[in-house]
Amino acid sequence: MSPDVIAAVMMSVVAAATPLLLAALGELVTEKAGVLNLGVEGMMLIGAVAGFGAAMVSGSWIVGVIAAALAGMAMALVFAVLALTLLANQVATGLALTILGVGLSALIGRPFIGVPLPRLPQLYVPGLTDLPIVGRLIFGQDFLVYLSIALVVGIWWFLERSRAGLVLRAVGESHDSAHAIGYPVIAIRYLATLFGGACCGLGGAYLSLAVTPMWAENMVAGRGWIALALVVFATWKPLRTLAGAYLFGGLAFGQLFLQGLGFSVPSQFLSMLPYVATIVVLTLISRDATRIRLNTPACLGKSYHPDH
Amino acid sequence: MFKSTIKAAAVAVAAAMIAAAAPASAADKLKVGFVYVGPIGDLGYSYQHDVGRLALQKALSDKVETTYVENVPEGADAERVIAQLAQSGHGLIFTTSFGFMNPTLKVAQRFPKVKFEHATGYKRANNVATYSARFHEGRTVIGAIAGKMTKSGKIGYIASFPIPEVVSGINAFTLALKKVRPDAEVRVVWVNSWYDPGKEAAAAKALIDQGADVLSQHTDSPAPIQAAEERGIYAFGQSSDMSKFGPKAHLTSIVDIWDGYYINRAQAVLDGKWKSEDTWGGLDSGMVVLSPYNPGMPKDVAAMADQIKNDLIAHKITSFDGPFNDRSGKQVIPAGQHLSDEKILTMNYFVEGVVGDLPK
Amino acid sequence: MPLDLRLEARPQASTAWRYLAPLLAIAVTLCAGAALFAILGYPPAHSLKVFFIDPISSVEGLAELALKATPLMLCAVGLSIGFRANVWNIGAEGQFVIGALAGGGLCLALQGDGGGWWLMPAMALAGMAGGMAWAAIPAFLRTRFNANEILVSLMLTYVAVLLLQYLVHGPWKDPAGFNFPQSEMFVESGLLPILIEGTRLNLGTLIALAILGLAWAVLTRGLFGFQVRVIGQAPLAAAYAGFDQKRMIWASLLLSGALAGLAGTFEVAGPVGQLTPAIPQNYGFTAIIVAFLGRLHPLGILLGSLVIALSYLGGESAQIMLRLPVAVAGVFQGMLLFFLLACDVLIRYRVRIGHSVRRAA
Repeated sequence: MSPDVIAAVMMSVVAAATPLLLAALGELVTEKAGVLNLGVEGMMLIGAVAGFGAAMVSGSWIVGVIAAALAGMAMALVFAVLALTLLANQVATGLALTILGVGLSALIGRPFIGVPLPRLPQLYVPGLTDLPIVGRLIFGQDFLVYLSIALVVGIWWFLERSRAGLVLRAVGESHDSAHAIGYPVIAIRYLATLFGGACCGLGGAYLSLAVTPMWAENMVAGRGWIALALVVFATWKPLRTLAGAYLFGGLAFGQLFLQGLGFSVPSQFLSMLPYVATIVVLTLISRDATRIRLNTPACLGKSYHPDH
Repeated sequence: MFKSTIKAAAVAVAAAMIAAAAPASAADKLKVGFVYVGPIGDLGYSYQHDVGRLALQKALSDKVETTYVENVPEGADAERVIAQLAQSGHGLIFTTSFGFMNPTLKVAQRFPKVKFEHATGYKRANNVATYSARFHEGRTVIGAIAGKMTKSGKIGYIASFPIPEVVSGINAFTLALKKVRPDAEVRVVWVNSWYDPGKEAAAAKALIDQGADVLSQHTDSPAPIQAAEERGIYAFGQSSDMSKFGPKAHLTSIVDIWDGYYINRAQAVLDGKWKSEDTWGGLDSGMVVLSPYNPGMPKDVAAMADQIKNDLIAHKITSFDGPFNDRSGKQVIPAGQHLSDEKILTMNYFVEGVVGDLPK
Repeated sequence: MPLDLRLEARPQASTAWRYLAPLLAIAVTLCAGAALFAILGYPPAHSLKVFFIDPISSVEGLAELALKATPLMLCAVGLSIGFRANVWNIGAEGQFVIGALAGGGLCLALQGDGGGWWLMPAMALAGMAGGMAWAAIPAFLRTRFNANEILVSLMLTYVAVLLLQYLVHGPWKDPAGFNFPQSEMFVESGLLPILIEGTRLNLGTLIALAILGLAWAVLTRGLFGFQVRVIGQAPLAAAYAGFDQKRMIWASLLLSGALAGLAGTFEVAGPVGQLTPAIPQNYGFTAIIVAFLGRLHPLGILLGSLVIALSYLGGESAQIMLRLPVAVAGVFQGMLLFFLLACDVLIRYRVRIGHSVRRAA
């Protein structure tokens, strides 16, 4: 394969992986604080429609990106009120959020159907971007791609090296002990949930502003569920989330590529590749039981109330 | 922004409600129901059916009242929706996806007085007619255009599911392509969905990465057109005119026009002349048309395309004139003959020039 | 002094609120729904009637409600057992599909000579076996390799759907079907018998109700039920008592897989009558909501599945009778769920309106 083709393929893999990565990172932070928000798909859709709509109306992609993050946060806020303040069951609430997100995004998005927009502008550094293979890959991406990588590093640093991150992890591990020490458990969980919502919104916006700059009902098409699975796959570690998103995105794109080459394996089996690969890799890395148990936030999904 | 959208929607809906409750007594008007498998916002297949519905509404507004249900899954729910339409006084019901076939027939048995029309199906009854368009004729025209516009000789085809309509489309396209450019090949990628912009775009990019410089699609979103525009190649749209998603890339689209058919059939019910039959309209019927060519298309290519189109309309040629072989080299039909409708409907092979096999 | 709204845990779950909470939720949803319809320009009272009353105002309507609720019930009761024991089977949808393939496949293989009275029971068993086999994979990977069952079961759902696509587009395609992706229709003896003439209500619903009753008995009386509850709430105590966590994982996954597979077989042997690509209807995921709405209890699950089923029927009805866009129906459904979930808090907590006291520095 020529260097151009290799470069093009890698760019496509980045496009496939980035929405997954953004959403998964957000959900990772949320879950690290002990909150299980299954509404990722709904938040991504709201982010996609809000981001597109705002960009369309304002003419500025920056406005679109900000709107997407805020919209995702708004949805997460609804979840937070129900699950953290009113102590509703987190699993059911998250699923209800997804149902709401699908319907609401379709409703809001009606006026945006059939409208094309220019995609998010990509970086151009004279000299660097023109390098073969790695030029566009490293120096020719758009803002959200760079943000996703920055988030990997930033969240890693936050969780592992900062005091605030330690507090968040404590809240996720044992909310009663955290409360006893004096940390505001509910407030921290709210912040983590809102952050997760913002990231999911951005993940959705990446689809509607960069990958396919348009709005189409249900365009997230199940990527939210993949993102959820990736958090588990990554054992709640940001660097592994990066690996998982690119593994999955790469295979999802790769199987389409293989089809084009004329592989005589039925397309449905090729399509199974990313899912099966994820299971296999997870099984391999989970064999060390102690490592897994140390990573799952112990209070994940459990409602917290000071009287208990 | 949200508020004004809601307000606008409210006004529109209120107006529609008032219009629907219009003077002529409900008993006089024929109620026509439409069942869509996807959202009308797909700007593709279901959208075009709805355009047809609106045309019917407009043309016969004093005699006809239409209802539609969208996003109806093709499983057990479909029968209930169709039955509810029949029960609530609809005299003519269009079920617009092949997966509605058995549900339509089951309901038709229970409601012998209601007329049903099933799109892209093959089972009929006294009160069930079938209709479809010869989309493959459109594919013949664009296949020829592709042959002229490709430099690399590699055409990328983004396909949904290996159902007969898609397969015959690919074959018609390839046959026409190779008449113009004998060494060309068609690479097919199956996205296993009718409508998934992200996946369609990825499939398009994969094909472009492999050297395709013209794309054709049998999926419903404009994503492949966008991908083509971004990479500076050409593409053909599907179901509706997708040119605004790729002003330079979009050569033409195969557009489904159901307006005339819907008006005719409703009128037939009103006149008491409706009977069950099978309609398979080609370019000659106006049920399938090609959207205006890209102004950048070379004049001789446009002229060739129009010639082919006219020949098809006049039945001088068909999409499947012999001789041609399937991928294994076996001759499908000899020179001087062409495939019968039945053979086209049951096509389960690829012709020479297509890379890759059909799942068996 | 600022007003302080606080939730104070009740010493004991309030029995009164257990029944009042859902009623309150429905009342709030009706108000909010009325407001939503009014804002969008639809007559509020009429719209609510179309949504909730019309679908069940006839025998056929009630039969459809039961038909729609049956797969939800079956999947949910299986899932609830696992959820109580902290085993998260998110892949019931995949087990549903594999069950449909197993039961339907058996029918296709054996229906050559018209079958017989034995065909339907055999299909049901095959469906359960299929669902169990698919659920055995996450069970095995979890107990042997610690692989999280959420991810494995979810990924396997996609694999199952793709397998269905492959089979109906390929080897199992009806040769007389004009190359449409569909299997042959099942023979009469491979279809569930209809209970009420003129409706689609079939034997599957009765069997589902029987299973619910059985689940109730097992959960409240048997040792197994006790083990489930203890493992879920106090894993260490359970370990001391000798309740085997691994066995519980296997048991709950196999059980929920079997019931989801049975639901899948009922779907294809009931209203559909063949294998088509449209078998997956998200029942496996919706059942998760039903399970929690029903507070993981069989009776609650029964009611929850009926409510959810009604909201689907209402959405269809509203599209036809009101010309309501399907998206609004989706929003309404989400709202209903939110209020149901929110009002549940009143069972376990009391709302205290008090004045906040300044803490000592």
